[in-house]
Amino acid sequence: MGEIIKVGMADLKICVSPNAVTTLGLGSCVGIAIRDPKTGIGGLAHVMLPDSTQIKDNKNIPKFADTGIEELVKQIVAAGASKTRLVAKIAGGAQMFAFQSNNALVRVGERNVAASKKKLQELHIPLLAEDTGENYGRTVVFYPESGDFIIRSVGKPEKVI
Amino acid sequence: MAELHLEEMSSQYFDVLKEIGNIGAGNATTALSQLLNEKVDMKVPQVKVLDFDEVGASIGGEELVMAGIYLMVEGDITGSIMFLCEERAAHSLVARLMGMEDDGSGQFDEIQLSALKEIGNIITGAYLNALSMLTNMKIYPSVPDVSIDMAGAILSVPAIEFGAVGDKILLIQTQFSDDVAIDGYFILVPDLESHDKIMRSLGM
Repeated sequence: MGEIIKVGMADLKICVSPNAVTTLGLGSCVGIAIRDPKTGIGGLAHVMLPDSTQIKDNKNIPKFADTGIEELVKQIVAAGASKTRLVAKIAGGAQMFAFQSNNALVRVGERNVAASKKKLQELHIPLLAEDTGENYGRTVVFYPESGDFIIRSVGKPEKVI
Repeated sequence: MAELHLEEMSSQYFDVLKEIGNIGAGNATTALSQLLNEKVDMKVPQVKVLDFDEVGASIGGEELVMAGIYLMVEGDITGSIMFLCEERAAHSLVARLMGMEDDGSGQFDEIQLSALKEIGNIITGAYLNALSMLTNMKIYPSVPDVSIDMAGAILSVPAIEFGAVGDKILLIQTQFSDDVAIDGYFILVPDLESHDKIMRSLGM
């Protein structure tokens, strides 16, 4: 068993198998896991907001889906992975409270998911699986060797996508 | 100053928020005591400005199951307020409010969730009253909503609101105690214009 590297909120980390990456308690944020199956190099980003171009103070790259995914891919490729082999899985983007919809940050979970998918598409990275939306938090662990993306929630059985 | 960031917040303004936190938590303690018809003590609140990745650890871990009660705020200032406490403490509060035995575990049923919302309503209302009185501004909270989930997931909601304007989150920690100690956390997220209004109303 390798080491499990922790990714914080508005953060990203890469790892090489047998190591894994984890992020705890994803709510409306989205966790994007990307790997190169051949080399076992992969990583995880924990993004909070969909679009860096909509925010004035956007220097924090891993905070946004667009810049966060770009940076994650850059680091994975720099570590020796092939860009053309990369595949992705995503989780999170929940709506934790029912009435968030009248907020300026309308359905930010949903928008985070949409923005993540859009960015992956732009980069031609296939999205193999997702566990998104709903109204509960998720802890995720990603193993770049097998591609297993383990999802744990309160009061629910563990899921592997 | 429309370009306020928590990082650059003046120590004077920080003191004001701290003082509002003190008074608000004091009000909340009185309200809680009246609600439960019991004596409730309070420790001096701590006001912290934290990085996103420090928040989880500072309240006991991202995966700690907590109850979060969240309200939108409208009126002269707009934003949101959240009250958070551990699931265990929430069970204890609800049981005492309803005059029932605290089974201390399991799921909250509809009535218990409703009671929990009311507790959150009263506690955050007391806090907002302090802010309203100090600033002489009208503040109207929405109906509350509640989530029982991992701390990280609940906190992602105010964190994202803070995240739209900066990279820090303002957390007010209050410890209530009677039979058991209850760590409660307030998170107030005024939008940028509201920060400005709060300061102006205080002549800063």
